[in-house]
Amino acid sequence: MAVVCLRGPLRKLAGGRPEHELEGTQVIDLLKALELRHPDLGGWILDERGRSRRHINVFLNGERAAEATAVRSGDRIEVLPAITGG
Amino acid sequence: MTELVVGTKKGLFLLEGEPGHGFEIKTRAFAGEPVDFATRDPRSGRLLATVTSPFYGPKIFYTDDDPALAWEQAEGVALPQGGDQALERVWVIARGEADGTLYAGGDPGVLFESRDGGVTWELNAGLWEQPSRPRWQPGGGGLCLHSICTWPGDANRLAVAISAAGMWLTEDGGRSWRRSNRGINPRYLPAEALADENAGRCVHHVERAPKRPGRMFMQFHGGVYRSDDAGASWTDIGGGGLPSDFGFPLTLDPADPDSAYVIPLVADMDRVTPDGRVRVYETRDAGGTWAARGDGLPAGHAYLTVLRQAFSRAGEGEELELYFGATSGDLFGSGDAGATWSTVATRLPPVFSLVAV
Repeated sequence: MAVVCLRGPLRKLAGGRPEHELEGTQVIDLLKALELRHPDLGGWILDERGRSRRHINVFLNGERAAEATAVRSGDRIEVLPAITGG
Repeated sequence: MTELVVGTKKGLFLLEGEPGHGFEIKTRAFAGEPVDFATRDPRSGRLLATVTSPFYGPKIFYTDDDPALAWEQAEGVALPQGGDQALERVWVIARGEADGTLYAGGDPGVLFESRDGGVTWELNAGLWEQPSRPRWQPGGGGLCLHSICTWPGDANRLAVAISAAGMWLTEDGGRSWRRSNRGINPRYLPAEALADENAGRCVHHVERAPKRPGRMFMQFHGGVYRSDDAGASWTDIGGGGLPSDFGFPLTLDPADPDSAYVIPLVADMDRVTPDGRVRVYETRDAGGTWAARGDGLPAGHAYLTVLRQAFSRAGEGEELELYFGATSGDLFGSGDAGATWSTVATRLPPVFSLVAV
């Protein structure tokens, strides 16, 4: 089991809980599992193609991670909006 | 009392007032979020807003309650799951003819329909599955479906405009669609490319004259056009006194099928009001001649840009009210069909859309 950590509106859409224990071997697996468990999150982190939205950043144990980054039991995954805007 | 529903780069603003007597900002919602379009359905009183978070993607929200507090996310505003495209933005929401029906247009050139007043939405399959779709070309703002023209009294007839996939018509409620671009001259294309219907037809905005539904007016990317045959053909009406035939928004007086209003910009390479003067241009002879309506509008060193959804109307005839907003954050209004204007608001965020209710 790894832990996915959410903040702001994502946390609210996921039942108000900041941490979610999920199974998966890659980052994308956990994000899809998170959506399945919390349907209100549908379309917020992943788009219709099943890809992480462009301005969503994922960190694995404090390091920037990609969709295909391998996940091990006990890892912590933070899902954050990127520092973008205007 | 007129309500203005204003979508901006940094939130939704609701204003109330009367032209010439001042408007007051009553509510700001979606603080910090880009509100691409917002409107109120007068049949239900429901407010609807399309919000494209740079982080979380495009969504439609609605509320029947206090807009400063409670909004619900609409369902079904997405492309088919597992495909190779994602919804980029929702550009417009339009009221349908059937009770409770709404339409929404978005990028990439898609139409959604709601039959429950905006709570749930369904992608229009007929347009989505157009065989030519892979060859459609986006405009500068993306492949946006921005204009939705219903036909008064006939829910099956619809015209939509996509930049830059041109005009499309349906007469069977959206099951089948055909193009509607005959007579349009995209001057930005080489002559050899004109025969290719998939080469960009960059329509900027279209409105239908409700009292003569076969007539539509179009602001094109270089050109103003009129159709008198329900979109079978288009006639150039961009001469006759306009300082430029480039621009984005267009509206009309519902009482007068010969009327239209445009806000010209210099050109596609200089998208500001010509000569540093803000002027609306009006025709009352179906585009034969155009007259400047600028009394009360900024007349010196005013280089404004008015986007395609930022020009709206309320009422008709002698009581026609006109309102527009600019990317400068200024709003202007007229209570006498454009004869005189006053400033409605200043220093808002860049205005993306404006709907007068």
